[in-house]
Amino acid sequence: MEYNKVQMNTEPKADNRSLALTALEDFKGFAFYHLGRFSLFAVSFSTVLIVLLIFFFVFQQGLPFFKNFGITEFFTSKQWYPEARKPEFGALAIIVGSIYVTIAALVLAVPAAILTAVFLSEIVSHKIRNLVKPVIELLAAIPSVAYGFFAVLVLAPFLQAEFGLSTGTNALNASIILAIMALPTIVSVAEDSITAIGRDLREASYGLGATRFETIFFVVIPAAHSGIIAAIVLGMMRAIGETMVVWMASGNANQIPSPWWDLTQSVRTMTATIAGDMGETAKSSPHYQSLFAIGIILLVMTFLMNIISEYFLASAGKNSRKK
Amino acid sequence: MKKNLFTMVLVLTAVWVCNLSAAEKTLQIEGSTTVGPIADAFTEAFSQAYPDVKITVTKNGSGNGAAALVDSRCDIAMMSRFMKLDEFTAAVDKGIMPVAHAIAMDGICIIVHPSNPVTELSLAQLHDIFTGAVKNWKELGGPDMPIVAISRDTSSGTYESFDHFVMRKDKMDASIEYVSSNPQLHSRVKTTAGAIGYVGVGFLDAEVKGLKVNNVMPSKQTIANGTYPMSRPLFLFTNGYPVLGTMSHKFCVFYLSEKGQEIIEAKGFVPVTKY
Repeated sequence: MEYNKVQMNTEPKADNRSLALTALEDFKGFAFYHLGRFSLFAVSFSTVLIVLLIFFFVFQQGLPFFKNFGITEFFTSKQWYPEARKPEFGALAIIVGSIYVTIAALVLAVPAAILTAVFLSEIVSHKIRNLVKPVIELLAAIPSVAYGFFAVLVLAPFLQAEFGLSTGTNALNASIILAIMALPTIVSVAEDSITAIGRDLREASYGLGATRFETIFFVVIPAAHSGIIAAIVLGMMRAIGETMVVWMASGNANQIPSPWWDLTQSVRTMTATIAGDMGETAKSSPHYQSLFAIGIILLVMTFLMNIISEYFLASAGKNSRKK
Repeated sequence: MKKNLFTMVLVLTAVWVCNLSAAEKTLQIEGSTTVGPIADAFTEAFSQAYPDVKITVTKNGSGNGAAALVDSRCDIAMMSRFMKLDEFTAAVDKGIMPVAHAIAMDGICIIVHPSNPVTELSLAQLHDIFTGAVKNWKELGGPDMPIVAISRDTSSGTYESFDHFVMRKDKMDASIEYVSSNPQLHSRVKTTAGAIGYVGVGFLDAEVKGLKVNNVMPSKQTIANGTYPMSRPLFLFTNGYPVLGTMSHKFCVFYLSEKGQEIIEAKGFVPVTKY
């Protein structure tokens, strides 16, 4: 009674719906809440499931190879003739080739990337930084087959003409292109972690009489080392997993360069071998399984790198929070 | 509810009947990776002319094609060689009568950089280059320049042909480079002074230099008449001569048509017809 009267007086045409929910409304709310939670969970979990399934599938297809052929030949022989009458599965040169181009790409990319990150976060004005960083990140948007064409049609003839190399598609060519492709990842993550180092640290350094150079190289970079290492490892993963570019630029010769430092010889990587050979193999043949065995090696390597980068990224987060 | 159930049964029956009639309009083609591109292009042309016919082309090698025909798993087997005696015997034992249709000629040309003075190589010399026994052009009467030997990837039909003509099942040297397509090989040879590679005859042009092999210049004529040592016929095999007017028959004689000839030329092979 009382309640009705008040409502009538203040707002004659107001919705006089009861505040208490009916059983149906209550149930609806409950159902929507839990349905929403469940569907979001399902979507996120499906990503996890996909990763697990990939692991499962690659191991399921690749492990029989190690069971049938053992691991000695695979890791010690350089003879990769999977379709010969007496097939040989020596992947040593292929694994070494992948490590070669990855390390050479990092040697080229890391100094440039870290100096760029320092320049963008410490030296240049905010305005120019906001202009340059998106352009660097644009490098990541170029399709890898476009890089591959550049490698074969421009870089290879250039290397031959300028350095007198007999072949332009070689480890050096692939490394240069991979370095360019790894740059945006490394610059972006390293720049973030350098920027995250607090102002107090820099001011303390200046206060003690350090120059700008000393502050950057002896205070800021050491303080940001976790993030920078994580950036390098992420760039490394980008390089080792890249397929199309190395398939076009590395020459795919199944050899370990001799002498070992001669990057101007052509090499073959794990990813290129899988991509190049997969087309012809009959399903469940030893050749088919051997490619999955290479896939296992590749997966284990990137997985380890991922764990390393997660570790350093986590400790980078901790450091910046600690201050 | 009852009405719904009835409709559902009706639809299912209709679908089943459609599948049944479609089953009679499928064509299974299996075999050589060399012949595969021709069969693919033929299939594409057929899909426009006969949209309700379903043609499946499986490229898994001549040997698998022959085996599939023997086991009646395919209607047409693609082969880049003639049937071996034991394949033929196995077929006859199962009541299958293999009939060959030579649809095109396949020729592999050896190309080098235009500046290279070498004009001719023998099959034996090519074998030595690709097994790594010869590593410098000097040994072949050319300048003192390391040989950059480039091969197609091992899953290509061109590789299979080269392996058949030159390598004779010997292993390629570890220093051989691999590229994944004819155009890419062409552009590598065009820009590399010491390069040597092989392509289908369709990719021979003025930007690279084609070499004589065993003293015969590769051309459509020498490949078609067999005087060029790296030429061979490509076959389709059927069980008996296909009944006239069936899809199988139309497919096996398509190479005789003008459109068929165009396709064969476009894929880099030499047709047996002259329009």
